[in-house]
Amino acid sequence: MSRVHDMGGRWGDGTVPVDPDEPVFKDEWHGRALAVTLAAGALGQWTLDTSRHAREALGTKDYTRFGYYEKWISALADLLVAKGVVSREELATGQSNGDSPLADRKLLAERVPAVLAKGGPSARDGAAPLYPVGARVTTRRPARNVMVEGGHTRLPAYAAGVEGVILSQHGAHVLPDTNAHGMGECPEPLYTVLFRASDLWGRAENEGDEVTLDLWESYLEPLA
Amino acid sequence: MPHDHHYHDHDHDHDHAVLPPEPALRVKALETLLTEKGLIDPAALDAIIDIYQNQVGPQNGALVVAKAWADPDFKARLLADATEVVAELGFYGRQGEHITVVENTSERHNVIVCTLCSCYPWPLLGIPPGWYKSDAYRARVVREPRAVLAEFGLALPEGQAVRVWDSTAEMRYLVLPMRPEGTEGLSVGELAALVTRDSMVGTGVPKVPA
Repeated sequence: MSRVHDMGGRWGDGTVPVDPDEPVFKDEWHGRALAVTLAAGALGQWTLDTSRHAREALGTKDYTRFGYYEKWISALADLLVAKGVVSREELATGQSNGDSPLADRKLLAERVPAVLAKGGPSARDGAAPLYPVGARVTTRRPARNVMVEGGHTRLPAYAAGVEGVILSQHGAHVLPDTNAHGMGECPEPLYTVLFRASDLWGRAENEGDEVTLDLWESYLEPLA
Repeated sequence: MPHDHHYHDHDHDHDHAVLPPEPALRVKALETLLTEKGLIDPAALDAIIDIYQNQVGPQNGALVVAKAWADPDFKARLLADATEVVAELGFYGRQGEHITVVENTSERHNVIVCTLCSCYPWPLLGIPPGWYKSDAYRARVVREPRAVLAEFGLALPEGQAVRVWDSTAEMRYLVLPMRPEGTEGLSVGELAALVTRDSMVGTGVPKVPA
């Protein structure tokens, strides 16, 4: 994973491309890309964390150049091959070499509303939180997956090694750092942590501005 | 290998590089292959697109906001446990499994982002707009929220602090904007018509009644 996706605070991206008349799907294939990705995900061969990691694992040039749905569809192709759902040869030729053993898991049209409405909550039974609301903590530095070199994590680099305060507790949630890599859900207490903008950026745009992040317990250390 | 030559713009060691370079054709190729392998029902794709194009959208979030403006008890419950309260209205599902509503006040303006990807409360707001998914928004709004809001035409009053919520886990956020002046006596439906998508992300404020 290149961490090119980890762009919070980056300079040089220009103005925000606001288009008040933008339709939900700007091009017809955008909706198709979203739907193919959700339908393929419903085969149950990977988790949401794994699919996020696959997008982050696109090459730096591809990640930067691709639009949103182009990232989705390219990462999906990579995942389908990595998980053995289709072969690289099938992708290259567009020719199926036979029915998939996963065909009985196919998402049928009549099941779509129920599947989307059901969602996939990440809350789990787990350990009680170590940090009370109001506790001062500091974040792991550098921001990295400590179990998988170059692996998925949800601590942005801009918030690594910074002091913050526990704003709220959310119970235990699936840990992306393991779940993205087939290492289990390993639920941990999740917190919303409040940071002063001046602590994150050296100089805040305005005194009193703040940023919050949702962070797992192992991303945090008590402030000595 | 043909992809070494034709698709030299891509990082070739990735499997997606063997697909056609044009994204629309790439999607089509995947859909066709997965359908042939019995893994995708094209009618299911139509159903997914229909739901996000025509059924789920900012009108859901706008109803939640309008009800909160109109009913203090609803608002108190919403701020305490939004997931349960919006689920009662039927707004639960994918990318909205854990909802938190954050309230704007004259002291604090809230803005939502996902710097690492583009997490967004789908059951309440639908599919995120292009700007929300843009590198510029993801990169800049955490560092210079006022400069970004100005590009949306929003100038915050002096003394109103900004709190930016970076959606790094599965918590999804909705901003409860301040109720505009001059809206006393409006029905929930009339109030909901004032609530814009951007006002629920924090890059705008509600419309004022004509």
